[in-house]
Amino acid sequence: MSRFTHAFSPERAALVCFITAGDGDTAANLDALVEGGADVIELGMPFTDPMADGPAIQEANLRSLGKGTKTADVLQIATDFRMRHPDVPLVLMGYANPMVRRGPEWFAESASAAGADGVICVDLAPEEDPDLGPALRAKGISPIRLATPTTDAARLPTVLNGSSGFLYYVSVAGITGKQQAAIDSIEENVTRIKQSTDLPIAVGFGVRTPEQAEAIAKVADGVVVGSALVELVGKYADQAPEKIRELTSALAKAVHNARETAA
Amino acid sequence: MTDATPLPNSFMNQPDERGHFGQFGGRYVAETLMPLILDLEKEYRAAKADPKFKEQFEDLLEHYVGRPSPMYFAERLTEHFGGPQIWFKREELNHTGAHKINNCIGQILLAIRMGKTRIIAETGAGQHGVATATVCARFGLPCTIFMGSTDVERQKPNVFRMKLLGAEVVPVTSGAATLKDAMNEALRDWVANVHNTFYIIGTAAGPHPYPELVRDFQSVIGREARAQLLDRTGKLPDVAVAAVGGGSNAIGLFHPFLDDPDVAMVGVEAAGHGIETGQHAASLTGGFPGILHGNKTYLLQDEDGQITEAHSISAGLDYPGIGPEHSWLHESGRVKYVPITDNEALEAFQLCSKLEGIIPALESAHALAALPALAKEYGPDQIVLVNVSGRGDKDIFTVADALGVTM
Repeated sequence: MSRFTHAFSPERAALVCFITAGDGDTAANLDALVEGGADVIELGMPFTDPMADGPAIQEANLRSLGKGTKTADVLQIATDFRMRHPDVPLVLMGYANPMVRRGPEWFAESASAAGADGVICVDLAPEEDPDLGPALRAKGISPIRLATPTTDAARLPTVLNGSSGFLYYVSVAGITGKQQAAIDSIEENVTRIKQSTDLPIAVGFGVRTPEQAEAIAKVADGVVVGSALVELVGKYADQAPEKIRELTSALAKAVHNARETAA
Repeated sequence: MTDATPLPNSFMNQPDERGHFGQFGGRYVAETLMPLILDLEKEYRAAKADPKFKEQFEDLLEHYVGRPSPMYFAERLTEHFGGPQIWFKREELNHTGAHKINNCIGQILLAIRMGKTRIIAETGAGQHGVATATVCARFGLPCTIFMGSTDVERQKPNVFRMKLLGAEVVPVTSGAATLKDAMNEALRDWVANVHNTFYIIGTAAGPHPYPELVRDFQSVIGREARAQLLDRTGKLPDVAVAAVGGGSNAIGLFHPFLDDPDVAMVGVEAAGHGIETGQHAASLTGGFPGILHGNKTYLLQDEDGQITEAHSISAGLDYPGIGPEHSWLHESGRVKYVPITDNEALEAFQLCSKLEGIIPALESAHALAALPALAKEYGPDQIVLVNVSGRGDKDIFTVADALGVTM
């Protein structure tokens, strides 16, 4: 909880970065994200059927599973990250089945022991919260929910109820990857959602460049970048950390300075 | 069957208002789809209460699909086994050759009612793809069918049928490139096109309300069968048998009989090369409860919750999950589920062809392969009702290949 509070400060927007666990040299890639200036880390738990993801993250999931990544490995990666970076908020992100396979209490306990601050479960609608939410909250882990352009005012309280940490606003109705949302639509929706919650709002899906990130950072509390980073892992394999550090640092600069240039 | 679970007063009043069949079912989808799913449920309730919707559905089933499908006494198979009277519900005689069309008619009427202008669907063997392309042609809606590239290769005639009917067929190359992957890709398309697109799911699975509405549209099978058998024999069946992949033909047959305590039911799962080999598609026999494709149900998966590949000679049963109502009927003990191997299905396929002059679909051949065991369990004054859910024309190449015949 406190780690999130620190990351999302009122002074500047936060950069939230996603990579898939077990894809490439994950520890080195994570360190590169932190060194580049990422404020929050989302660590993807690979799944055989990532149906909300576009080609880049699908391939990352398959690469990771192809190397034999197990849930225990993902948790170990998180544990080691927490040892090296005691202050950086860490979110486990993935699909419901690997999370509930051994029971929600087991997962909440393991995630907590690994030092995770939050969990994003893509296909666990708030309506199915009993499957995971109570166990996470009991361990002090934030269930982080997604809101989308289709989440209207009537539905928003359902999404917010029981969530904490931050709210992930998915800027386009679609899968992760290449689509880009119009900044006007993002601003309008973030403003609308702000009226219903005090949680920081991080905006993601289709954010690839420092220019896009800067524009979003002017209207939201955080910017999420995933596919663009994951593609670097796919393309450069063991050489990926250097490329990830470069992109992250350009994104971080754009996001952190956005408010100053806004005035 | 869990001893602690009390039996319900009725087996016919599921799911609950949250779309749960006991612990199964539910709505496990990305947030983008939730508002649409909730809207679909509302619209389905309204359609169900609208006499005009029912009238149009029934009119199309009669004059376009060719219902009611016959109830046939399989005299020579009955003689062959020397046990109970064997009756067939002839769903294979429907337009497009299988039960799939019943559901497609219902869903396209819903799509039109909701003002959707584009249809998508997944298909494995291609039967649901053909049925979907058929209703889209009939109602003039553009249609995109997602099909694993492995299935595109092994089901070429159905791919051509779909194209003839005006559908676009998109080969899916992710994963093992079969039905599961086609469903993932259909969900990805849907999430990106929610504003104008209706997803016609082919089986009684997926997020609520799909398992319920597919069951309701398919229940015409069991309602007709009940009336036909009563009319012809004055009795209800002693046991009803159907193959279960996702389980739409089975739930369609079973549901109207669920509260008849004297009617036993057997769902047949595909045991592929045998449960012990790990190469099968029997989710209830060889799987565990989990979450995939919008619902909680029995799934083939490893200890980490990764979904494992299914195997069956029947492309229509080659899926690592099962409809949530079947998971519930299994746990409550109301329906017994048994595994049948590829080889047993192949034998039944040939036997039915030779003795009855009916070439059944490989899916239906799995149901027919339960007859040898049932013939020992039931006597001559008893009735076994088998759902012949589809015709086997589509399967002749697969069967020839399995029997080592070069055509």
